[in-house]
Amino acid sequence: MSLTFDDGTFIRAEMETPLPPPVRNIGVIGWMRENLFSSVLNTILTIVGVGLFLLIVPPLLRFMVIDAVWTGDSREACLGPDVGACWPFIGAKFGQLIYGFYPIEERWRPNVVFALGALLLVPLLVPSWPMKRLNALLFFVAFPIVAFVLLTGGNIDASAFLFERFGLIHLIVGDVTIAGINIAFWVDYILTAIVVALLVGAVIGVIGGSAPSAARNTLMVFAAFGVLVLIWDIDFGLPYVETRQWGGLLVTLVIAVTGIVASLPLGIALALGRRSTMPIVRLLSIVFIEFWRGVPLITVLFFATYMLPLFLPAGANPDGLLRALVGVALFSAAYMAEVVRGGLQAIPKGQYEGAMAMGLTWSQMMRLIILPQALTLVIPGIVNSFISLFKDTTLVLIVSIFDFLGQLRASFTDPNWASPVTLYTGFAFAGLIYFFFCFGMSRYSLFVERRLNTSHRH
Amino acid sequence: MSDMAMPGEGQSKSLFINDPKVRSIGLQVIALIVVVVLGWMFIDNARENLADQKIATGFGFLENTAGFGINQTLIPYTETSTYGRAFVVGLLNTILVAVVGIFLATIIGFMVGVGRLSKNFVVRALSTVYVEILRNLPPLFQILFWYLAVLSALPGPRQSISVFGEFFLSNRGIFAPRPVFGEGSGLVVWATGAAILAVVLINYWSRARQEETGQRMPMLRIGLAILIGLPLVALIVTGFPISFDHPELKGFNFAGGIRIIPEFVALTVALATYTAAFIAENVRAGIQAVSHGQTEAAHSLGLRNGQTLRLVVIPQAMRVIIPPLTSQYLNLTKNSSLAVGIGYPDLVAVFAGTALNQTGQAIEIIAITMGVYLLLSIITSIIMNAYNKRVALVER
Repeated sequence: MSLTFDDGTFIRAEMETPLPPPVRNIGVIGWMRENLFSSVLNTILTIVGVGLFLLIVPPLLRFMVIDAVWTGDSREACLGPDVGACWPFIGAKFGQLIYGFYPIEERWRPNVVFALGALLLVPLLVPSWPMKRLNALLFFVAFPIVAFVLLTGGNIDASAFLFERFGLIHLIVGDVTIAGINIAFWVDYILTAIVVALLVGAVIGVIGGSAPSAARNTLMVFAAFGVLVLIWDIDFGLPYVETRQWGGLLVTLVIAVTGIVASLPLGIALALGRRSTMPIVRLLSIVFIEFWRGVPLITVLFFATYMLPLFLPAGANPDGLLRALVGVALFSAAYMAEVVRGGLQAIPKGQYEGAMAMGLTWSQMMRLIILPQALTLVIPGIVNSFISLFKDTTLVLIVSIFDFLGQLRASFTDPNWASPVTLYTGFAFAGLIYFFFCFGMSRYSLFVERRLNTSHRH
Repeated sequence: MSDMAMPGEGQSKSLFINDPKVRSIGLQVIALIVVVVLGWMFIDNARENLADQKIATGFGFLENTAGFGINQTLIPYTETSTYGRAFVVGLLNTILVAVVGIFLATIIGFMVGVGRLSKNFVVRALSTVYVEILRNLPPLFQILFWYLAVLSALPGPRQSISVFGEFFLSNRGIFAPRPVFGEGSGLVVWATGAAILAVVLINYWSRARQEETGQRMPMLRIGLAILIGLPLVALIVTGFPISFDHPELKGFNFAGGIRIIPEFVALTVALATYTAAFIAENVRAGIQAVSHGQTEAAHSLGLRNGQTLRLVVIPQAMRVIIPPLTSQYLNLTKNSSLAVGIGYPDLVAVFAGTALNQTGQAIEIIAITMGVYLLLSIITSIIMNAYNKRVALVER
């Protein structure tokens, strides 16, 4: 509305609506002018970039989807000119790529382990879900034990060890085995536990501590370890599958998960050792951490494969996978220690002082105040080291353990599927799998990082 | 922990075992005993096992004849050379991959890192995709991909891809012209050395002058002029003594020139592109760590865009970039041990692989191999700490 007076004076009472900006400054064109063609250099970069895109993406898409062969049962399907990815090859090799040479009728066992792992892992990863402590306990303690029994078949050969040396056990119980449990071993184990508990109690009592509680604690440790061994010892009727038959993604995941599960407690201990005020403990921790961090994983695997057996008593010959697992665990523990140390250093001094002022002992302070905060803080770091561990598992193929990549490489040599595109199909498939895992984990670590980042800078 | 000693110290009744000092010493003694006992057990077991398996001990084997060939040697090496020489050959091959890989990774990494912050959408998107894909695939997978899927797929020597008629790409490797140093070329080499020395000295002097007078010299132009000019003059004076031995197709293969083996190309390219993805992220983080106020202040002082970048942003970003950059360099060097996966004769493949299989002396060989990498790590971290001390922000 406007005001018009009698003498013809005109006063505008409202703002005129502004003219729209020139077409070239807004919308798609404006965006392109500002983002893609703002200068000569920028224009060149844009053209080169688009060229690169056209050079890579359409052929890749054509190879993987449009020209790809989807059905067929031998190499014949994938011969011929201009053929894309040979997906039937992956279909035929799928079982091998996932399970290696795990017996086909026993493949339900790895499947159960995969499902169980996923079932426990997902709630652990969702921050808002309750019962984290129980969940972590299940995933980091119970799951590995169950997985071990399921994958190997359990029923380890436990035999009497200490008192049998004096020929005592067989005198009492003879050689009896019930449900895979060697009675002689357990009698020996219980006797050993009692003797050690008495000894510890006596020593503690002499230097002035409480003998009964020391003995009780020792017995508890023995009991906990005993339960673990008992589960491994029972014969559940699962046929034994030796680790040489394992392979593919199964081995990749076993190594990665074992590495992370073993390295977490070891890494926490090393990090605490490195931050300790006791000079010898600190020195030992530093030497351990820096040694493993300073050498490439390959040499660690060579060490575990060729050197470790020399260090063990003659006759003790751990199998190849176990050796590699020891190497990977030691290696990743050193990296984990540095991640955890970062978390410990990020906890303000006031937290330590507050805990001490409350009269907490060192272990209470660490368990109840410092570590819960420090570990939450370094979740992204832990996930990141898991990603590199996952990528590093490929190295075991060099010490002839057939992980996912090793299995893939082996499948290239199958003459039934020899075709010009086999190699590329395999790499495309493996690339997708690795990318899916690593990218997913890195997104997760970013998500947690953003959640933890409560500061409001910028 | 000793700083928890306060509450207990006043109590005269406190138990001997509860004295923090006693506890601390006791724990350390226990730790030490455990380590010593374990170490002694290992050594004892090893001695017994080695005696059982009749494996020799000691480093005498380094003098023995190796008896295996190596397909890339930077120093003269034959099958009759010693294990010690094979070790040096492997070490040099590792260093070669590391140096070339670091050089390439730095260039690619800085380009992609700056690209991640570009205003240009296409460049930004491509850089992001590059980083995400390369970072999330295992390095060994990438090495195998380059080796099996890219280089092995190149045509044979007869159909090789020619670049400028001088370089030939085939599945036998890359063939390139080899410089032949004729009479008088020593002078050219000396001139090049002198040029480098001169540039370093002038740079030093110009920096001192700038500190004093505030005047800057166009060092880039002066440096380039000296670096190109001096050797060129020497070349002209001596009448171009350096010639090139060109690779030529003879029968089914090339003769002459230098042959760069495909294993080397696959390993170097894969490691360089892989590490570049990590370097790019370091570069991005470093540039983002320089607060925007610095750029604005530089602009308001009248510096142009390029000057702002060169004189204000990059020097400050470098302080953030260089520590992780060195650890990436170290990672690349350590990852070069993946060479064993495709048979490139690096330290691990030659020494911890072939030599170990032949001699069986696992302890000595793995100790030497680990020692080399360890030494490298320690040297790097010493240099890094010194650098950090030099560039660290001096706070009040």
